[in-house]
Amino acid sequence: MTYALIFLSGLMAIVMWWLVRQTVNVKPWTEQRSVEIMQGDGGLSLPSVKVGLGVFLAVATSLFALLISAYHMRMMGEDWTKLPVPRVLWLNSAVLILASVAMQRTRAAARQGQLERVKSGLIASGVLSFSFLAGQLWAWQQMDAAGYFVAANPAYAFFYLLTAVHGLHLLGGLWVWCKTTAKVLRGVEVGKVRLSVELCTVYWHYLLVVWLVLFAVLLHTHT
Amino acid sequence: MTSITHDESAYVPPAEVEEPELYHPKSFVGKYIWSQDAKVIAVQYAITAIGVGLVALVLSGIMRLQLGFPHAFSFINPSNYLQFVTMHGMIMVIYLLTALFLGGFGNYLIPLMVGARDMVFPYVNMVSYWVYLFAVLLLMASFFVPGGPTGSGWTLYPPQAILPGTPGANWGIVLMLVSLAFFIIGFTMGGLNYVVTVLQARTRGMTMMRLPLTVWGIFMATILALLAFPALFVSAIMMTLDQTLGTSFFMPALVSQGQHLNYNGGSPILFQHLFWFFGHPEVYIVALPAFGIVSDLIAVHARKNIFGYRMMVWAILAIGGLSFVVWAHHMYVSGMNPYFGFFFATTTLIIAIPTALKVYNWVLTLWRGNIHLTVPMLFAIGFVFTFINGGLTGLFLGNVPVDIPLSGTMFVVAHFHMVMAVSPVLVVFGAIYHWYPKITGRMLNDTLGKFHFWVTFLGTYAIYYPMHYLGFLGVPRRYYAMGTTVFVPESAQSLNEAITIAALIVGAIQVVFLYNLIWSYFKGKPAGPNPWRATTLEWQTPHTPPKHGNFGATLPAVYRWAYDYSVPGAAEDFIPQNQPPGKKAKGLEQALDASDLGAQKLDGAGTPKPIGS
Repeated sequence: MTYALIFLSGLMAIVMWWLVRQTVNVKPWTEQRSVEIMQGDGGLSLPSVKVGLGVFLAVATSLFALLISAYHMRMMGEDWTKLPVPRVLWLNSAVLILASVAMQRTRAAARQGQLERVKSGLIASGVLSFSFLAGQLWAWQQMDAAGYFVAANPAYAFFYLLTAVHGLHLLGGLWVWCKTTAKVLRGVEVGKVRLSVELCTVYWHYLLVVWLVLFAVLLHTHT
Repeated sequence: MTSITHDESAYVPPAEVEEPELYHPKSFVGKYIWSQDAKVIAVQYAITAIGVGLVALVLSGIMRLQLGFPHAFSFINPSNYLQFVTMHGMIMVIYLLTALFLGGFGNYLIPLMVGARDMVFPYVNMVSYWVYLFAVLLLMASFFVPGGPTGSGWTLYPPQAILPGTPGANWGIVLMLVSLAFFIIGFTMGGLNYVVTVLQARTRGMTMMRLPLTVWGIFMATILALLAFPALFVSAIMMTLDQTLGTSFFMPALVSQGQHLNYNGGSPILFQHLFWFFGHPEVYIVALPAFGIVSDLIAVHARKNIFGYRMMVWAILAIGGLSFVVWAHHMYVSGMNPYFGFFFATTTLIIAIPTALKVYNWVLTLWRGNIHLTVPMLFAIGFVFTFINGGLTGLFLGNVPVDIPLSGTMFVVAHFHMVMAVSPVLVVFGAIYHWYPKITGRMLNDTLGKFHFWVTFLGTYAIYYPMHYLGFLGVPRRYYAMGTTVFVPESAQSLNEAITIAALIVGAIQVVFLYNLIWSYFKGKPAGPNPWRATTLEWQTPHTPPKHGNFGATLPAVYRWAYDYSVPGAAEDFIPQNQPPGKKAKGLEQALDASDLGAQKLDGAGTPKPIGS
């Protein structure tokens, strides 16, 4: 559970830091300021959806940290074998990195208001992301063909589990991507999709980092 | 006030913060079924949770019948006794208490108390409810599948949970696990709403430190739930795979009923870690909203500001943080390293400190307060008693050497029910009596309420006090029937009978409460906007019950904290949070501030008063 605890203590530190700023030296019972001099209410000056995404990423991180914790605890079992990592995963990682880069470029284009580049960037990152998912399925097929079924060994089971959970998160992101791309293709103003593009970019970078960590964990399995 | 300068760079929200695009329902279905109004969703959550809770209550009645009068009822056999135990526990903890406190009270109170028009993501909020309902239906479906619901105990420990011989090892357990996974997905949707609404949608002047403690409790509980539920999610998925695809995440190599199973090397202890990594925060997911609500009930009905508001907030935060490092105290009997146990015993005892602080503050709030023994107040005081009783036995069980002999006995059942079942349920009742007038516009019947309180309160003591004693005698929990032992005297059985009779009376009396809810909805005394003369924003709405959008044309601005009760010199004994400081007072106040008389403050009428009174 070490990994989950490290993550949680980091998160709690952030929460506490923010709350300390909100609460220390505040004496709510003495405050009676009038509206004119009210200095805001301590809310974050971000759109709510961005805060929402941030909270969701914390939840998702908790999920992945717990999976990795479980992986490491289960690895101590005597029956654990080394995972024959399918080579296609290297290719998939590169594709996901490219998808993330494409998202980043889309975000830049959206900020500058260039509709055509937003369109091409979104499509590029979407195609790359779907290729990544197809590549993951291909990796599953390779594992399966080589006789490494899900039940044969916990190392394989974890491989399927981790890639599936990550893939489902990416699919969720692609749903938002679909809606955004449909809007862009219908030719709405760039300003109307800028926020969605920014959210997608953050989410794609996050899923890239998660994938790289998971990949490293899978590679680092001991025999 | 002259010392406060205008910092132009500081973020000052406009008069109406991010006016949300409210969903405007056109039909009955849009308004009450597929509703995106947090208040309607709250009622949907509450009705579903209470409905499924009644099922669990009936199950507990059947269990008590078996324990009090063994072999008298042919329809209870050992298998379905275990199934009833399991379903009762899981429904009560997750599908009733968690859903009711966060989905029910959270949805209703957060937007109203922080001064928002609705949750920030109303659509996601609606989906949250329907996913929750789906999870409930899946769980209920397990009563009707071959083999029935799982009988593995509410902790679902592998390997027994999925081995033949345990009731419901095929269909029941899978439905349970899948239902839990859906519950978590639904909850995450709702939880995002609760957290982001508190962070983002507070109205002008509503700083974090002016939030009522109810909101603080629900806020922190939601954060805990968002971070802890993934542990249950992970374990549910992994156990589902173990059951359906034959993986060995949790399943060791074993021989079952003479057959070698295909499992190999899995770790049941890993499941216990994951389960309790969720399971212990879960205790506080239920307790923190209860703490918050009870703080507000006591302040309102004792007409006094809450004692030590900042301490209360920090205690909530400390409990939330600590609740993640005590989980293994549920695993003392799993054969852990003694030093590991020592660590968790220490953290368990440390968490008693902020909890005790809260209890002292409640008692000090009552101290010399103008106590009105209304029904909500009775339940709040009943909670304080029960929580202290349950908490003290927790100190026993937190110590490894005491826990090991007691952990398999009824003592644990008694402790757990005092602290985690009766205490929060008393708060649920208190909260319903308190907020029902706002939700429906009518008061609940007072006489029926008092009758309900006294029977429930005294009845639960009649149930759980003797149960501690049974535990000391060594009466084991989870047993369908005792049989004969050398150490348990015959009289234990008569005690069990008495407990069963008390339990059936308490269970039956809840009908009075349900009757009161329904009768008062049609015939209750009209409540008016603010029957308890409370300060918080939900009582200041232009309409009762509040309409969609909550606050009419403009959102309220907040000038003070939530606890200005019995302020000396004020015209009334409460000052609503949105009441501006008086004109005359303002000039005086500035003069006072300028002359550095920091130790004085002014109330609405313009008279100075000592700080913190």
